Amino acid sequence: MKNRRLEERIFNALMLASTFIVVGSLLVVIGVVIVKGAPALSLSMITKTSSGGFYLGGAGGILNAIVGSLYLISASISLAFVIGLPVALYLNEYAARSKLADFIRLCLDVLYGVPSIVYGAFAFTLMLILGARASLLWGIITITLLIIPIMIRGIDEVIRTVPSKLREASYSLGATRFQTAFNVIIRQILPGIVTTVLLALGRGIGDAASVLLTAGYSDSIPTSLNSPVATLPLAIFFQLSTPYPEAQQRAYASAIILLGIIVTLSLSARFCTSRFSKFMIR
Amino acid sequence: MSTIAKPHIRVQNLNVFYGDTQVLKNVSVDFPRKQTTAIIGPSGCGKSTLLRSLNRLLELTDGVRVSCKILVDDVDIMSDSVDVTNVRKRLSLIAQTPNLLPMSIFDNIAYGPRVSGMSWWNEIDGIDRMVERCLRASGLWEEVKDRLKEPASRLSIGQQQRLCLARALAVDPEVILCDEPTSALDPVSAQHVEKQLHALSMDYTVVFVTHTLRQARRIADNVIFLYMGEVVEEGPAESFFAQPKSTVTKAYLEGAFS
Amino acid sequence: MNRLVKNALASRLMRSVTILVSLFIFVMIFVLLIKSEPLLASKSVFELLSSSSWHPSRGEFGFYPFIVGTLAVTGLAMLIALPICFLCAIYVAEYATGRVRGVVNSMIDVLAGVPSVVIGVWGVLTIVPLVKLVGAAAGEATTGYSVLAGGIVLAIMVFPSIISVSQEVLRSVPVSMREASFALGATKWQTVKHVVVRKSLPGIIAAMILGFSRAFGETIAVLMVVGNVPRIPSSIFQPAYPLPALIANNYEDVMSIPLYDSALLFAALLLLLVVAGFTLFGRLILVRLQRRSV
Repeated sequence: MKNRRLEERIFNALMLASTFIVVGSLLVVIGVVIVKGAPALSLSMITKTSSGGFYLGGAGGILNAIVGSLYLISASISLAFVIGLPVALYLNEYAARSKLADFIRLCLDVLYGVPSIVYGAFAFTLMLILGARASLLWGIITITLLIIPIMIRGIDEVIRTVPSKLREASYSLGATRFQTAFNVIIRQILPGIVTTVLLALGRGIGDAASVLLTAGYSDSIPTSLNSPVATLPLAIFFQLSTPYPEAQQRAYASAIILLGIIVTLSLSARFCTSRFSKFMIR
Repeated sequence: MSTIAKPHIRVQNLNVFYGDTQVLKNVSVDFPRKQTTAIIGPSGCGKSTLLRSLNRLLELTDGVRVSCKILVDDVDIMSDSVDVTNVRKRLSLIAQTPNLLPMSIFDNIAYGPRVSGMSWWNEIDGIDRMVERCLRASGLWEEVKDRLKEPASRLSIGQQQRLCLARALAVDPEVILCDEPTSALDPVSAQHVEKQLHALSMDYTVVFVTHTLRQARRIADNVIFLYMGEVVEEGPAESFFAQPKSTVTKAYLEGAFS
Repeated sequence: MNRLVKNALASRLMRSVTILVSLFIFVMIFVLLIKSEPLLASKSVFELLSSSSWHPSRGEFGFYPFIVGTLAVTGLAMLIALPICFLCAIYVAEYATGRVRGVVNSMIDVLAGVPSVVIGVWGVLTIVPLVKLVGAAAGEATTGYSVLAGGIVLAIMVFPSIISVSQEVLRSVPVSMREASFALGATKWQTVKHVVVRKSLPGIIAAMILGFSRAFGETIAVLMVVGNVPRIPSSIFQPAYPLPALIANNYEDVMSIPLYDSALLFAALLLLLVVAGFTLFGRLILVRLQRRSV
């Protein structure tokens, strides 16, 4: 009997300690980055580009990276959404519970787990074969490929929560599958779609390995799809790699900016969920 | 079967709230020793709640407030000084739908004794014999004796319910509480379970909730009629069914509502 | 357009897109394989995977140190992460009150969103000096850029995925099963230990396998703290060079050295196949164990 109590106490302590470690690591990561980066955080960071001696410690900002990332992610998200939504709908409304759907989900699971560096290497391979240079276009292609599985899985999971009586209602009124999918299902899952999109956005904008090989880097804002483009993660990475402390300081400040963007996206995800659920049936 | 003898369980002023709704109002009843008592009444009037407060399982649900005194052999089991896990062993509960543990048939039955200190590893410790005894008492032994190590989920639902009965017996209780024990079963299995319960009342105090009057008539020694969270009438089964005192009871027995 | 025609057209189109997307994994494998072919033609796979000599300019491509490096860092990360995630998931799912659970889960969600480059920055700032100190205390001279630093950073990155999936699995154990245990006189801890965890084990193991798979391919954060020296690390305080870092660091030189591009893409192919294997393995275990359990 005594052993039972002792065992329970030990495990309680271990469980609490583990939770503290997990929560603590988040706090420490964000805390250290903010503390180290706050001094270098200034308005010019987000309004000026990094021309000149920026990497040597000179003046400037990372506007080129901010804009570059925004161009990149808006295009990628749109493409990934246009491709991903129909796939998720097809899996659930047309091919539901078939062997084909199982196989497709398995393939998508594998794609979901592929590391971003491999997506980058794959796109890089295509670039080698086609003789192309690193550019905004190839960055868009890589990130789109990276977030398509995320998009599909997110939407798929939401669609699966739709109660079947909703579909029954639509079909018994004589609607086709297409009409049901695009008029009823989508309305029901709108908050879930928004959440998925925002989460995929966060993932895509923060990923460095995929754009490292394919988007190049530039000190100026890209003017065409073929120009190389700076991205926030790479801006941080390169600034950190210089031996100049001022540049390194700004790396931490850039990290704060990137973190800020992503946290804003997560919070918007929660906020949007409530705003878009006007038509949802619970 | 004297009713003058001290009751096994005495409930005093039981009040139960789910949030703001009061589900049981000032319930005071007695459960006689080694007899079968049925709790009857229309659906939703607190029968299961009453049952679950007896073995203090109710307090595990969120948002429930319970206040009362429950005396088992003159000891108040609701007091803080009492070990609640011990209470639950003395008053063993069988749920409406079989709730198996994710283990083999053997382990399901051995679980109760094991969590209270019997060895987890020592098969020779008499556990085999105990499992056999319980399975025989619930009428399941012949059907499962060759597959004790198989997962319990492979049994039919009637067998599963009898397994739950065997499992409840394994903790050596004084009281067996049953929450509509046969409502989820087909008629044949239901008959089996009923028969076992009836036989068990020789050695245990049995309390069961039912919404079928015929079941109560068949096997109950005493009846408690619960309506809208209040005890309307209680007493020995014979006089209850033959000469009900309250008009509400009469109406219910005639099938005016259910 | 007639809505029935629209329906038929739409379903055709959607079906094609779906099939294309799912076949993409094979396209990736195929393309990487083709590009690795020159390297594979000149040396056997066994030689490539077991040789320790990495001198691209001399045409020597021994991947062994990188494989060891990847396994060391990932293995260490899992060693750190698995017990912590397991215990934390049980605590949050079973013991924490609703508010605590909400707060902790929100924090885990935020941690999941922190980009690897930021964790890498933090690792350079905090973990690398820490490892240097610890190494010195343990009698090993180290710059701090090491397997240990990589392992710690990687562990933090996989915390969220393992914990959130494990929690889901734990909470899906039906209330009736827990009640059965309580009704037999078990304490909360006994119920958690013998019933809830037991029923959740297949799901939790699958979560851990998937966590391993994620850790295997993580590139940037590890790259920044692990040292990137193409030698087999002799202890956890020594630097290592995982496969993803190899690709990320050297892609610029592929045009100047013959066969280098094949080598790096072969590394990418290896990563892809290993991760795909783990995903399939995890799924398989889930299916098998669910069939056998209760």
